[in-house]
Amino acid sequence: MEAAKPSLTIAPRPSLIERLGMMRLDPIMLFAALGLIAFSIFTLDNATSHEVAGQPLYFVERQGLYALVGIALMLGLSRFDYTRLRDLRITLYGAMIAAIALVLVGGTAVRGSHRWIELPLFRFEPSELAKVVLCVTLAAFVFERVRRPFGLGSTLRLLALGVAPAALVFLQPDLGTGIVLVVIVIAVLFVAGIPWQHFAAIGAATVLLGGGAFAAGSGLGVHLLQGYQQDRLTAFLHPSDNPQDASYQVNQAVIAVGSGETVGRGNNSTQTELLFVPERHTDFVFAVIGERYGFVGSAFVVLLYALLFWRAIRVMRLSTSFYGSLIAGGIVAMLSFQVVVNIGMTLGLMPVTGITLPLMSYGGSSVLGTFLALGLLQSIHAQARTEAAR
Amino acid sequence: MYLLQRPEDIPPRLANRLNVRVAVLAAVVVAAIALVVLRLWSLQVLSGKHYLALARDHGVLDVRVHPPRGEILDRNGRVLVDNRTVMSLELRPSGLPSARSERRAELARLGHLLGVSQQDIARKIRETPQYAGYPVVLKQGLDRAVLFYLLENKESFPGVSVDRTYIRNYKHGDLAAHVLGIVGQINPKQLKLARYRGTRPGDVVGQAGVEYAYDRYLRGTAGSELIQVDALGRPRGQLGNKPARAGDNLQLTLDSGVQAAGESALRAKGLPSAFVAMNVHTGAILGMGSYPTYDPSFYTQPHTKAQYDAFGRQAGDPLVDRADQGGYPTGSAFKPITATAALEDHLISPSTIFDDTGSLDIGGITLHNAGGAANGPVDMSTALKVSSDVYFYNLGLHARARGNGGQIQDWAFKYGLGRRPNIDIPGAGPGLIPTPAWRNRLFHSHKNPYIDRPWTQGDNVNLAVGQGDVQVTPLQLARAYAALGNGGALVTPHVGGKIVDLHGRVVRRIKPPPTRHLQISPETRSVILEGIHRAADEPGGTSYPVMGSFPIPVAGKTGTAQRDGQQDQSWYSVLAPYPNPQIVVTVTVERGGFGVESAAPIARAILESYFSLNQGSAGSINAAAAHAAGPG
Repeated sequence: MEAAKPSLTIAPRPSLIERLGMMRLDPIMLFAALGLIAFSIFTLDNATSHEVAGQPLYFVERQGLYALVGIALMLGLSRFDYTRLRDLRITLYGAMIAAIALVLVGGTAVRGSHRWIELPLFRFEPSELAKVVLCVTLAAFVFERVRRPFGLGSTLRLLALGVAPAALVFLQPDLGTGIVLVVIVIAVLFVAGIPWQHFAAIGAATVLLGGGAFAAGSGLGVHLLQGYQQDRLTAFLHPSDNPQDASYQVNQAVIAVGSGETVGRGNNSTQTELLFVPERHTDFVFAVIGERYGFVGSAFVVLLYALLFWRAIRVMRLSTSFYGSLIAGGIVAMLSFQVVVNIGMTLGLMPVTGITLPLMSYGGSSVLGTFLALGLLQSIHAQARTEAAR
Repeated sequence: MYLLQRPEDIPPRLANRLNVRVAVLAAVVVAAIALVVLRLWSLQVLSGKHYLALARDHGVLDVRVHPPRGEILDRNGRVLVDNRTVMSLELRPSGLPSARSERRAELARLGHLLGVSQQDIARKIRETPQYAGYPVVLKQGLDRAVLFYLLENKESFPGVSVDRTYIRNYKHGDLAAHVLGIVGQINPKQLKLARYRGTRPGDVVGQAGVEYAYDRYLRGTAGSELIQVDALGRPRGQLGNKPARAGDNLQLTLDSGVQAAGESALRAKGLPSAFVAMNVHTGAILGMGSYPTYDPSFYTQPHTKAQYDAFGRQAGDPLVDRADQGGYPTGSAFKPITATAALEDHLISPSTIFDDTGSLDIGGITLHNAGGAANGPVDMSTALKVSSDVYFYNLGLHARARGNGGQIQDWAFKYGLGRRPNIDIPGAGPGLIPTPAWRNRLFHSHKNPYIDRPWTQGDNVNLAVGQGDVQVTPLQLARAYAALGNGGALVTPHVGGKIVDLHGRVVRRIKPPPTRHLQISPETRSVILEGIHRAADEPGGTSYPVMGSFPIPVAGKTGTAQRDGQQDQSWYSVLAPYPNPQIVVTVTVERGGFGVESAAPIARAILESYFSLNQGSAGSINAAAAHAAGPG
């Protein structure tokens, strides 16, 4: 090290952005995320002013609050050294399993499904947080053994670690989140470089076991999926006009989106405005966007998601640590899967699974969980920029 | 490019693999996004019009707006029937709770509130055609208590709403109930008929009386409202409307004063009875009533089938309009018809005299005058005055009767007897004029146990005095007397006067021309009118005890008809004023005894009302009846 010499130039006072460490954030990813949450609030403001009598801003205020808390969490997490999470992997994993189990035992049931824990101020859905925690912990477990070549045994152990929380979530029952967890597991293992043969073997085993279990279950009269889940999963294969059928919701959503034409119906909207499309502020929020803002609005939202994914995938390559790449891979898979499946459901391409649209659907747990994931990505990005600056 | 060196802590064998796998992941994401965008393009840009049409069509409810029905007024513009709005309880099945137990509980609560069983409500819902959010009317005319209870407990009755509808309001209770008739929901058979073109299930149309006859004017034109409803069937705004057009008003020829006088006189007598009061020149009915009667407002409320059936089966058959549906033998009130036949066919001349010894032998059977009186030698005028049966037995004995007619029969037909009177309300009966062919046909077919022998001249003798098989309705007899009174025009009776639209413009005047003109010589007419005038005006006349004191000269004939197994049917048919009558009043009373006892006092009360004399009270009628005596 050179001896410090008194400098003639006065170092400029660091700007607010520098002091917040935002210099090292990915501005495009940040723009996409803020754009999406802003669009969500804008949509809720337009579409839900009559939802709760006497409180036209009910959903707007709450979603705004979740957004503020989420953005703060994201910025906070981005300054945090994510690699330290590796040391906490056992604690985090244990806590995640415990939280999901707690919901199963003592959670609040809504429509027959135990997904929530009542907290003093709000109702918390641990499975939303579990998605992010699974990315972090599974990546850590993978990273531990990445220096040795993957044997089938270690692959199976990692698989078991990942599938355990998914299985618990399936039991709640929450089919959608369970599938997302499985997708995260597959993505992390995929990015980790698990040999193709292992994937082939896992795939074959899943088909055999799943098919076998389903066949055996049907034979014994045990239903692995709830009736409505089965209906939803198969309904999109044979749509009908019968409002009693599960495909009714999808039909209505498709009509809503289609009726938006190029520039949308704005306040003349009927499909989403008159409740023909259910869950319009949560799972089917994209139907509202499609009807009110047309192809222009829908494509704009999809474009923001594309920006987000592009920057997230870029983070996988930027990361100084393989651990960061693994986490980013899980998060990319998680977000893109949710977006594609949710929009696909609204457009009649995919079955109804109850998966929310990240940053767009109303809901605290979903918004906070997504911002936490984005905070991790920004942390990975910030670390890479810091290293590069050195 | 620094990207390629990252990450730094990766084993070299994985570095390339990571690049490949990130590329694969990116490709999958890109493909998925591309799929979504293509689908969006296809749905919104390429097929947007199709889906917009579907969305616009969705949840739009075409609600029929029922017009208020036209009012019915009497000849002086007094309102007899108008409408009132009632609160009706409607249920939208789509708004009921989806859970079966909750739905049951709500229906049970509703049933308790309305006093019907839960099954009744469920059946009513099932039987009403279902269309997104279309309401089922559970009850019309809610009590205030029930109404307020429902409004205060709205939350516990999802899917239930209270709406205003029109129902008929009978301003004078049961006044003219049989003429006015009733309204009711159109039935499936009627829907197929041309006269109900433009109606739909659930519309209310006239089902009897003038409500039926003039339905196309009274009905009005239904409008429609396009209402946007949400997925739960709740109205969320109006998309357009076509206003309903109220029905035209119907002004009747009835005079509510005459009508009320007639009905209260029938009611005071308390026997099954009927009256008709008619303008002799135009056929305009001034009053027409039947007792016992019924309260038409019964039909404005929803009832069960059992209740409807019980209402129709009440003692005395109150739903039957005896004035135009009740056919009875007329007794001596038939004699003017026989007299016309005899004089016009020159069987006798006005001055032909028969010696009335009190009885007449025909083929071994001795027929007596009613009451056994012997009137001595009488001419036509006197025979009518004292109602000499022997005189008319002679005419019956000498009148020809063959096949489907005969001298008396043909004239009866000309007078409109034995034929439907062509009045403008439905259901008027044809009555019956017995002919040899008719009787022989029934005898040979054994269809009627009372026809136990073929036609004999005795049947003709019976017919001549209005006894035996003959059946005449009060309306028919009034019409026949009117023809006699006006010089031969067989008027077309009608209760409709004119149709007036909402702005007071006359849409249609109802002035049916006479059905035919009878060739009755003035001499014949004046002899018969004189005879029945003397019957009312001269001491010894059959209706003198009742009509003798009447300040306006009248010509009236009593009738006392024997009916199997009951007391005599009492008749009175009167033209006033004599000799140029304006009005004919015909009254009949079942089991009323002599014509002068029951029917004549009622007719007098009606005439008093018509001529605005001292309003005939029940007391004076009974007083007059008490003095009545002598043969019918």
